[in-house]
Amino acid sequence: MKRVVYMDNHATTPMDPRVLEAMLPYFTEKFGNSASRNHQFGWDAEAGVDKAREQIAQLINAKSKEIVFTSGATESDNLAIKGVAEFYKEKGDHIITATTEHKAVLDTCKALERTGKARVTYLEVDKTGAIDPDDVRKAITDKTVLVSIMSANNEIGTLHPLREIGKITKEKGVLFHTDATQSVGKLPVDVDALGIDLMSFTAHKIYGPKGCGALYVRSKGPRVRLTPQMDGGGHERGMRSGTLNVPGIVGLGAACEIADSEMAADTAHTLALRQRLHTGLFGQLDELYLNGHPTERLPGNLNVSFAYVEGESLLMGLKDIAVSSGSACTSATLEPSYVLRALGVGEDLAHTSIRFGLGRFNTEEEVDYVVERVVHEVRRLRDMSPLYEMAKEGIDIKTYNWVRE
Amino acid sequence: MAYSDKVIDHYENPRNVGSFDKDEDNIGTGVVGAPECGDVMKLQLKITNEGVIEDAKFKTFGCGSAIASSSYVTELIKGKTLDQALDIKNTHIVEELSLPPVKIHCSVLAEDAIKAAISDWKKRKGAAEPQKKAVNE
Repeated sequence: MKRVVYMDNHATTPMDPRVLEAMLPYFTEKFGNSASRNHQFGWDAEAGVDKAREQIAQLINAKSKEIVFTSGATESDNLAIKGVAEFYKEKGDHIITATTEHKAVLDTCKALERTGKARVTYLEVDKTGAIDPDDVRKAITDKTVLVSIMSANNEIGTLHPLREIGKITKEKGVLFHTDATQSVGKLPVDVDALGIDLMSFTAHKIYGPKGCGALYVRSKGPRVRLTPQMDGGGHERGMRSGTLNVPGIVGLGAACEIADSEMAADTAHTLALRQRLHTGLFGQLDELYLNGHPTERLPGNLNVSFAYVEGESLLMGLKDIAVSSGSACTSATLEPSYVLRALGVGEDLAHTSIRFGLGRFNTEEEVDYVVERVVHEVRRLRDMSPLYEMAKEGIDIKTYNWVRE
Repeated sequence: MAYSDKVIDHYENPRNVGSFDKDEDNIGTGVVGAPECGDVMKLQLKITNEGVIEDAKFKTFGCGSAIASSSYVTELIKGKTLDQALDIKNTHIVEELSLPPVKIHCSVLAEDAIKAAISDWKKRKGAAEPQKKAVNE
C-alpha cells in the first residue's frame, strides 16, 4: 500500500463521489441565487435548496422549514446558544453544558459569561465520558433557559443519554440544544423521539463538503425563537442572513440522503473495522488503555492510550497514517486533551493517546496495515522509553520523585 | 508541524539508545522532566577518572524533537571533558536541529539532562571517596 491511510474521520471525511456529482450542476448551469424570485436561475437554485431541506429533514425526522443553513457546526452552535441566551433573556440567564463539549460550545458559553449575558454550569462527566441525566435535572433552576449537551464526543466517541436529558428538559420547560456533529448520519437521530429543540450538524463529517452546516430549530411544541447573530437580508426565516451556499446545501442534502438509506450498512462496516483494529492492537501490545465508554460510543471511534509512548512521537512514526493525538505536543497550548483530563485520565496517559476515526471508505486491508505499523512503532518507541524501562523494573512512575523544572 | 531533516534523521535513526548500569562507579545518570509534562529524558554518561566523557546513552519519552535533542547530545558529548560538556547550551541544540520556538523546551531539557548526569557522577564519586578514606583509617 503506497498511499497514506486516512483514519481521522472525526476531523473530516472525504466527499462521497455521489455527493460531488449532485453538487456539480449548482456551480455551473444552476448557479442562481436561491433568493432570486423572478427568474429561472433563482427557481432552479431554490428547487435544489428545497430538495436538500427535505432530504435533511427526513434523516432527523424534522419538518423541512425547521432547517436553518449555516456555514458549519461552529456557526450553528454559536447561533443556537447566543441566539437563545439573547432572545430569552427576560425568562432567565442560566445555561447548562458539560466540560467535555467541543470548543464551539464551550467558548461560546464563555463569551456569554464574559459579556455578562449568561451564567453557565459546566457539568462533570463520569470516567467513561458520559453525563448523568440526574445531574442535568439537579442543575436546572428557574433561571435556566438552555441545556446544551453534545450527542457524541468528538475525541472519545462517548454517546450521551439524549433521550433521558430530553425528557427532563421537556418536563422542566427548558430548551435542549445538542451538537450532533459526530452522530448525525452515523446513528439514528430523531429530534422528536429525543426531545431535541435545537441541533447543530455539518456536511463535511458525513462525506459532504466543508463550509455548509445546519441548525435544526423546533417550530412547534415549543416554537423556538432565536436572536439572529448576523444582520442582513433576513434569509432562513430571519434567523441567518446571507445568500445561501447552494452547492454546499445540495451536497449536505445528498450526503444526508445517502446516510439515511445506507446507515445500517455503514454502521456495520465501521463497527466491524473498529473491532478488528481493537483486537489487533490489544492482542499484540500490553498496557493499552481504552478511553471512553466500552460500548456506548460512536461505531467508528477508537481512542487508545499507548502507555509510555508520547503521542506526537508515535504520530511522527506513523507518517503514512492519518490519525490524531490527545498529546499536548500536537496542540497549540501544550496542554494535553481537556476531554481526557475531564474523564480522570492521568496527564501521563493523556499524552500517549491516539484517536482512530474509521469511516465509510476504510477497508480491512487498511486496518491490518495500521495495526502492523502501530505495533511496530510502539515497540520501537517503548524500547527507547525510560518510563517503559522503569515500569518493567517495577518502579511506579506515578509516585516516583520527578525533577520538575 | 514540519520537522527539520535532522530531527527526522535522529528520530528514525536515534544514536546511542540504551542504558548503562546506573550503579557502576563511572556512570552518571540524569533523569529530567516528568510524564505528566509529556517529556522524560534519561541521559547516562560513562566518565573516566580524568573527567572525560567516553560514552553516552539515552532513553527518552517525548515528542520527536525531544528524542532528537537527546540523541544529538549523546553524539555531541562524547570525548568532551566535564567542563566542556557543562558549557553546552540549549541554543546550540536549537540551532543544530532547527527547532521551532514551541520545541525549545526540548533543548532545555537536554541541557538539564547533561547537568543532572554530571552532577550525579560527581555526587557519587564524592560519596565514594570519603568512604574509601574511612575504610583506610
